[in-house]
Amino acid sequence: MNKETFLNALRERLSRLPQDDIEERLAFYGEMIDDRIEEGMAEEAAVAAVGTVEEIAKQVTSEIPLHKLVAGRVKPERKLKGWEIALLIIASPIWIPLLAALVVIVFSAVIALWAGAACVYAVTLVFGVTAVLSLPAAVFLFTLGVPSGGLFMIGAALFLAGLTILMVFLCILVTKGVLFLSRKFLTWLKSRFTRKEGKAHENA
Amino acid sequence: MDIQLKRGLLDVCVLSSIRNADSYGYQIIKDMKPYLEMSESTLYTILKRLEAAEMLTVKSMEHGGRLRKYYHITEKGLGRINEFQKDFQEILSIYRFIQRGDDA
Repeated sequence: MNKETFLNALRERLSRLPQDDIEERLAFYGEMIDDRIEEGMAEEAAVAAVGTVEEIAKQVTSEIPLHKLVAGRVKPERKLKGWEIALLIIASPIWIPLLAALVVIVFSAVIALWAGAACVYAVTLVFGVTAVLSLPAAVFLFTLGVPSGGLFMIGAALFLAGLTILMVFLCILVTKGVLFLSRKFLTWLKSRFTRKEGKAHENA
Repeated sequence: MDIQLKRGLLDVCVLSSIRNADSYGYQIIKDMKPYLEMSESTLYTILKRLEAAEMLTVKSMEHGGRLRKYYHITEKGLGRINEFQKDFQEILSIYRFIQRGDDA
């Protein structure tokens, strides 16, 4: 791939970013390629040394904050015509609820994820609390003159304490998992804003 | 390596590479190569971050019929390197303490 094809492909791939950002990045990669060529490297090799378009796009997406991506995305490429604005207003009973529903879906997905984690925390807490409460119960049973019941309660306390310790490990695991999924989800959401929608844009 | 630690380390590496003389992207990558491999994209992000933090300034200069961006370290950037060196002395003494624990 020569320099021009590479930069064009990169521009295409980053087309949803704010314009200044794209220009600056392209100039940066262009300079890197030129400097390598100047040092005696073949153009193709110089381009390859900079990395693939896909790699670069991926890294750019993961670094750029979401609001910047959205801002670049929703900025219209031309002024809306009068009838388009009118249409937008007339159709608002349709698209506003749809948009709201979409936001709610995303929000509830995140809540559901954390609710799952919260269940595990709650179970752990209950085990812990019962383990502690079993001890006074055991003492109470001993004083009542029911040693078998007291022994049983001590056994239950130990068992529950062990279970609590195991559950703490599970809690850590679940928290890590949820954080990982949340991050994945955010990256996916961002990629929605950088990827171009097929050929529609070019024909427009 | 811890991401936060690595990020700080890379920032100081890039600052060091322009400490004695202004430099440009490819030169910085070449200068660092014997010590650490850094991709172009990573360098770009670091340079942007350092510029936003006013630790370096950028100016475009003509070179062989094209423009090349040169990076110049600021007082604040030099301060960051000093600060890092001081911090690192502290880390070293902690490291020695940890090593002692290993030997015992």
